[in-house]
Amino acid sequence: MTPEKLYQALKKSQEPKGYFFNRDRELVMDLLQALLTNKQRYGYMACPCRLASGDRKQDADIICPCVYREADVAEYGSCYCGLYVSREWNQGEIPHQYVPERRPLERLLG
Amino acid sequence: MARVKLYALTTCSHCKRTKKLLDEHGVDYDCLDVDLTQGEAREQAIAEVKRYNPSCSFPTLVIGDKVIVGYRENEIKEALGL
Repeated sequence: MTPEKLYQALKKSQEPKGYFFNRDRELVMDLLQALLTNKQRYGYMACPCRLASGDRKQDADIICPCVYREADVAEYGSCYCGLYVSREWNQGEIPHQYVPERRPLERLLG
Repeated sequence: MARVKLYALTTCSHCKRTKKLLDEHGVDYDCLDVDLTQGEAREQAIAEVKRYNPSCSFPTLVIGDKVIVGYRENEIKEALGL
């Protein structure tokens, strides 16, 4: 699987749900490559911008698309790592802000 | 020059952009890629990050006594006097 193939597959399944890939193509391809790297490392696509534990059950909330995406895109127009954004975010209709970590620390510490 | 330490993940694009910014400006810094640590070293790294950034998120950039969480270009430049 290549980042390009992953891009096409996810675009088809995610856009109808209102989640668009960031217009910054370089960032998106970098993040998709990182998801493939994490898939190889851990056996699941752990969020590239969070510290994975290697335990699938413990990391269930940060397997991409993470459970925090919905609230982050609703509030900021972007998920935590910037892979998925809203239409408005991509069109510059809302400010591009830093998205703080929504994941409770306890989930990380296990 | 204040001591500069970056806590990062090798898979995180924002961490890579932070490293690029520091490198481009010739900043001397220590970098700890926490996703590459294991066992005791990882526990210690997590404890260290938590001291500076309670949510233990990445990148966490420590410049002297200032902590910047996330790739915030302007804040980083200001803290480094660039």
